[in-house]
Amino acid sequence: MNKIATRESYGKALAELIVENENIIVLDADLTKSTKTIDAKNACSERHFNMGIAEGNMMSVAAGLAASDKIVYASSFSVFATGRAFEQIRNSICYPNLNVKVCGTHAGLTVGEDGASHQAIEDIAIMRSLPNMKVIQPCDDIEARQCIKAIASIDGPCYVRLGRGVVDCIHDENYIFEFGKGEVLSKGSKVAIIATGLMVQQSFSAIEQLKLEGINPTLVNIHTIKPIDTELIKQIASEHELIITCEEHNIIGGLGSAVCEIVAQYQGARVVRLGVNDTFGESGKPNLLLEKYGLTPESICKVIKENI
Amino acid sequence: MNKYKELNCNSKNVRINILKMINNASSGHPGGSLSGADILVYLFGKEMNITKGNVSTNKRDRFVLSKGHASPLLYATLHEFGLLNEDLTTFRQINSKLQGHPNMNYVEGVDMSTGSLGQGISCAVGMAMANKVDKNSYRVYSLIGDGESQEGQVWEALMSAAHYKLDNLCVVLDYNGLQIDGNITEVMNPEPFDLKFEAFGWNVIKIDGHDFEQIENAFETAKNTKGKPTMIMAKTFKGKGVSFMENNYAWHGVAPSDKELTLAICELENNYE
Repeated sequence: MNKIATRESYGKALAELIVENENIIVLDADLTKSTKTIDAKNACSERHFNMGIAEGNMMSVAAGLAASDKIVYASSFSVFATGRAFEQIRNSICYPNLNVKVCGTHAGLTVGEDGASHQAIEDIAIMRSLPNMKVIQPCDDIEARQCIKAIASIDGPCYVRLGRGVVDCIHDENYIFEFGKGEVLSKGSKVAIIATGLMVQQSFSAIEQLKLEGINPTLVNIHTIKPIDTELIKQIASEHELIITCEEHNIIGGLGSAVCEIVAQYQGARVVRLGVNDTFGESGKPNLLLEKYGLTPESICKVIKENI
Repeated sequence: MNKYKELNCNSKNVRINILKMINNASSGHPGGSLSGADILVYLFGKEMNITKGNVSTNKRDRFVLSKGHASPLLYATLHEFGLLNEDLTTFRQINSKLQGHPNMNYVEGVDMSTGSLGQGISCAVGMAMANKVDKNSYRVYSLIGDGESQEGQVWEALMSAAHYKLDNLCVVLDYNGLQIDGNITEVMNPEPFDLKFEAFGWNVIKIDGHDFEQIENAFETAKNTKGKPTMIMAKTFKGKGVSFMENNYAWHGVAPSDKELTLAICELENNYE
């Protein structure tokens, strides 16, 4: 299987997009080699601007460019893009509904050794709470490349959450990214796992183990966390007894909360949220962090067996 | 002075409308709206190529009111030059397009939604960058407050504009010396402005922000300055034109009563020759 980080996919897609569409402008905050916007710079240096280590200014500059009919991709690490520049994203971008694509890389605990200061675990929650903002987290290379290209033609602000580490590719070239639509990857009964980002791959592995024990969960990939696929989640809730949400994000305000917000309005399954349990991360190898903070296939199996 | 007779009349009308709007809404920011009136009147009346015919497009010079709380100044100026379709009496009322702080999607001629201090100047930088990418000759103007300049983002914006040599950007500092809590140097001293702007790589021009001849010359110099953006430090008076409001920070964000409005209009009418 092809292993590649979604930030690498972002760079590749952006390098093509900036050549295909002359309205594209790319901004970065001194992290071009890490966020991979350097690929876009190499493809078209006159429409790539390094704004230095000043994320607040970068987001408002992006708004000004978008108010001049540009489609702007603005990147930094997720924690700085959405955290440092939150109020610029709110007032300069979301309030006027401008065409800025905030693409944050190094999201979640799998930033690894840099530690808690660099591990965004609240970004989905804060971006999701902004009117006009769309929130997307692709889980693999194919999905990431398609989503980066698709959002160029979706009017208004988007936040795309991208990872640092390599992940297995679960889609093939025939896959078609559909904005706002959840994807049923595996159809089972009684239990459904609703996952986003690299937790989709973790859930796949969990299902293989669970099947050996006679448990056969449904698996849903939610790449678009806002607007979320309400109809699909209602259907999943009505057809299953238990839903486990899985995300590399705080259990407060992320995918789990979004699913609960829907399920609470209708009769249906009980929801258990699996994620970072309202705590900061720490330095360490990404796989050891996932293990320590309960984001492995084994943790998913355990939670399901405890709650079924 | 005769040369600017018409502009003086525009300024008087704008000032009167600012006060009427704020009085009618029982809220708003008269002091910093009155201080920037002559600058905006010159910009919209003479400097910018903005007309009824092009106001709905981006194919023109553009203006960002970074000190968004001076929205009555922007609305009254657009109104004065026939660019506004809205009724000024709806300012700050429910269902109005004339929001307390400007919304670019509601009003043609409002080029950016502002209100959170420090952000508008960065948006103006983005617009100037877009004009450079598109290789057009449109210019971008922005009015910032001296109190606003305590925001770190203003200095990030200044740094980036000089870095990208945005000589199509001209920012005016509404240098009235006062902010809501008092004198800018007492609240949090941002001085020396001139040395800081120069150190950040800007062309700096100092003028009297209520003198049309100086305003005209400054914009002319800005247009002829290549390779760097221009900062016009316009010394102004908060509450300019109304004696009991002038240079008094108590009038930063307080609406005049009906009686005060009558007095103010009377004074503005009498002082206009």
